Amino acid sequence: MKLPVDRDTRRRWIDVAMGVAAFVCVVIAIIPLGSILLEASIRGLRSLSPALLTSTTGGGGIGNAIQGTLILILLSALVSLPVGILTGIYLAEFGKNRLGAAVRFFVEVMTQVPSMVVGIFVYSLVLELGLIGLGSPRLVFSTISGVLALSTIMVPFVARTSEEALRLVPIAVRESSLALGIPRYRTILRVVVPSASSALVTGGLLGIARVAGETAPLLVTAFGSNDWFRGLRRHDARAQHRVARRHPAPFRFEMSGRWRSSSAWNRSRPGTARSSRSRTSRWTSRTAW
Amino acid sequence: MDIEDRMVTAVIGPSGCGKSTLIRCLNRMHETIPKARVEGKVLLQGEDIYAASPVSVRRRIGMVFQKANPFPTMSIYDNVAAGLRLNGVRNRDELDKAVLGSLKQAALWDEVKDSLDESGASLSGGQQQRLCIARALAVKPEVLLMDEPCSALDPIATAKIEDLIFDLKKDFTLVVVTHNMQQAARVSETTAFMYLGKLIEVNNTRELFERPREALTESYITGRFG
Repeated sequence: MKLPVDRDTRRRWIDVAMGVAAFVCVVIAIIPLGSILLEASIRGLRSLSPALLTSTTGGGGIGNAIQGTLILILLSALVSLPVGILTGIYLAEFGKNRLGAAVRFFVEVMTQVPSMVVGIFVYSLVLELGLIGLGSPRLVFSTISGVLALSTIMVPFVARTSEEALRLVPIAVRESSLALGIPRYRTILRVVVPSASSALVTGGLLGIARVAGETAPLLVTAFGSNDWFRGLRRHDARAQHRVARRHPAPFRFEMSGRWRSSSAWNRSRPGTARSSRSRTSRWTSRTAW
Repeated sequence: MDIEDRMVTAVIGPSGCGKSTLIRCLNRMHETIPKARVEGKVLLQGEDIYAASPVSVRRRIGMVFQKANPFPTMSIYDNVAAGLRLNGVRNRDELDKAVLGSLKQAALWDEVKDSLDESGASLSGGQQQRLCIARALAVKPEVLLMDEPCSALDPIATAKIEDLIFDLKKDFTLVVVTHNMQQAARVSETTAFMYLGKLIEVNNTRELFERPREALTESYITGRFG
């Protein structure tokens, strides 16, 4: 029996067709990205100037937002990287028991918690602690509680990636180190951890990237401010916050933003405090724009 | 079973018969496996090694594994120096001397003397295995356990390691686990045969291969099973 088209020609036609199909798919995939970039540059390039980076949001810039973001990320990393990496070491090297299994379970659960929930958790935690005299309810909207929220997200993330990284180090490497008469803690610190170092660094950077892009939990913790950084106990400005809040309604924001921020501020004072839950819901309903 | 000073003792037997487990018990490496337990005694020059700390035992009884596993982040020099350095030796001269000495003992010096700062992983398989031997020698153990040191190597590299074993027995007591009966016959003075977790026969290597006392040993070395 003879085929209508011989095999080789047929194969070439399919190759061309698939090539075209792949190209079309690529074009479709980059349309949204391209249009965002185009739109942002057409509308935004005009206002890009050195002053934008150096003045505060009150003065039409984003300098304080960038500053606030950097401060938050730096502090969160300082808190989370040591805790996360040490947890990872514990899980990978000593975690083959019940406590280890429990810790691993909670770490996994925590990595899946929506970040907004973490934000509300820290909000109520700081508030309740403030009401019983630890700290102050004013700290609810402060850099400190922002760092708490970001660390709550980052620690389990870093712990998990560190554990994975350390598990990839072959058992043979540990064994040969132990067989040299090197004690276990030195084996871990000087042989296993350096072997996993590049993966640990990757995990840390991913963790930083993850929290650097967080917006939701900070709306109820660090909040935002139109001024430069004024200390850990005050509102902190955030780049994401600016974008998230400004973009949909630039004018309404300018009018209502300050009022909203100050009213939330007032309500967090102990004198007007009732239960944290009712205030949280009232506040979030009002700010659901 | 006696392991004689400055001699090579070979352990042979089919896969899964417990050769590796046996020699891991000799320097307490089996303790790294959860739920492992041990009964009986291992005496090193009359002292029970299970009365001492595992770390000090492993310093006196070194071990080389089946697969060459230089520490991936360390240079050749650092690999050899690791055992001393991580046990607190900082003196540069002392480290230099130990590295030079053990690389020479491991017959690797001439091949790596110009590349001591390169990664241990850049060497060939046979060189890596000799690097691991040098690393084990650097801490100056009394006994060196080798768990199938040649099974991942080609015949040329194997021949080099066998020559090395021959040289090393001047200064060290060696226990070599092997699958290769010819190898056992070539390098060892004493051979132990194990089967299904039991030590069947220990004898002078020549005797064991030429006039085995046990029927099981005979059928194994003549290739009837295993």
